[in-house]
Amino acid sequence: MAVRARALSKTFCMHLQGGLELPVVDGAAFEVRAGECVVLGGPSGAGKSSILKMLYGNYAASSGEILIRHGGELVDLVAASPRLVLAIRRETLGYVSQFLRTVPRVAAVDVVAEPLVLRGANTAVARERASEMLDRLNLPQRLWQLPPATFSGGEQQRVNIARGFITDHPVLLLDEPTASLDAANRRIVIELIAEKKAKGVAQIGIFHDEEVREAVADRIIDVRGFAPARAA
Amino acid sequence: MMRLQEMPLLSVEGLSRYYGERVGCRDVSFEVYPGEVLAIVGESGSGKTTLLNCISTRLEPSTGSVSYRMRDGAMRDLYRMSEAERRLLMRTDWGFVHQNPADGLRMTVSAGANVGERLMAVGERHYGRIRDTATHWLSRVEIAEDRIDDQPRAFSGGMRQRLQIARNLVTGPRLVFMDEPTGGLDVSVQARLLDLLRGLVNDLGLAAIVVTHDLAVARLLSHRMIVMKDGRVVEEGLTDRVLDDPQAPYTQLLVSSILQV
Repeated sequence: MAVRARALSKTFCMHLQGGLELPVVDGAAFEVRAGECVVLGGPSGAGKSSILKMLYGNYAASSGEILIRHGGELVDLVAASPRLVLAIRRETLGYVSQFLRTVPRVAAVDVVAEPLVLRGANTAVARERASEMLDRLNLPQRLWQLPPATFSGGEQQRVNIARGFITDHPVLLLDEPTASLDAANRRIVIELIAEKKAKGVAQIGIFHDEEVREAVADRIIDVRGFAPARAA
Repeated sequence: MMRLQEMPLLSVEGLSRYYGERVGCRDVSFEVYPGEVLAIVGESGSGKTTLLNCISTRLEPSTGSVSYRMRDGAMRDLYRMSEAERRLLMRTDWGFVHQNPADGLRMTVSAGANVGERLMAVGERHYGRIRDTATHWLSRVEIAEDRIDDQPRAFSGGMRQRLQIARNLVTGPRLVFMDEPTGGLDVSVQARLLDLLRGLVNDLGLAAIVVTHDLAVARLLSHRMIVMKDGRVVEEGLTDRVLDDPQAPYTQLLVSSILQV
């Protein structure tokens, strides 16, 4: 078992709307094993994205626990200190997000290489690996040395995918990594996910594209089962 | 035995500062670890500058303690040190980047001397080595070599700020305090400076405490954030968690007030 969520709930308290309580997830419980790709399914607004963000520590869970195998130990991400969450993200937990948050002036190749550098890799080796990833994702070589801020949506997303898949994190969260890709690049992402599975990486993802979902999912967890009871 | 990396570099406990009846900051506690960047955010009057001054020995707290891990590994209470020890610490192990570069630079001596002066303060006497090191640091902050003999008076705001950073980093500090480091700069100049700071902090493994009212600066530079209002800490946590899922009413107001472009 790589990740286990138990009784995981999230309620937003909107203080600017007079303390309005907005429950989005109630009692989510699931397990993901090494080498498995689990897809969160359900209609838009059902809480898939909130669950994924809680799994990354980006949203604070209101209650419950998220156990993750980090450095040989099971750690509860919900109760972890910010420093421990950062260490888990550096060593154990990767995230491929839908949107790239660009840093001004940093070249695409360095954006991709950064997670390796943060994990202590030699800069030249990391750039080499980053170039291979960008090449594989068909990003034209003339763009590698440019900051991605001015790239098209699809180009930015490929930079992001390269950055997300470059490490050997044992757990990977995938937030619609194929959303604005063409068919050829979608197939490459499907390959990358399959390679991660073969290496024993546990993957949890959201995919709206049915073809991709069919190709990568070992299991689909329908998050409607974790929907909060609506007040009548 | 725990490695130094895993022990706090700076520890603030129950720190308060009053100005007569008025509260500057009240009951603030936090720790900063080696290599970690902490942002202190809040609006003007929130107490963030008072807090920064108290933890950098520029303003004595009314109550509470500030301890720092010396290079020998021992934790020392800053306000129980002698004035001479504190000054040595500020000259060698710490940096302080002011919002206004004129507060941190000597405007009427050359750029090279501004950087070299800090080296001389820690005992370097060899002119050639001082000049080489100064040249190296100017290039790291993207100031051309042929400007080394110019006075900062002749520099643009962005260049002055980069020079101030070079002056602070040349002694290899372990902790740098920054007070609105990008305040008062044009947006394009800000971006360049932020990118430079981010690179230097990563490469050198510096710990930094950055006071800013700009949430985008906090997002880009910091690992953790403290949000202050009326002298108190109203929220703290991982930077992206605080910004993407703010819990306190005041943080929600701050985050929702950011103009979208």
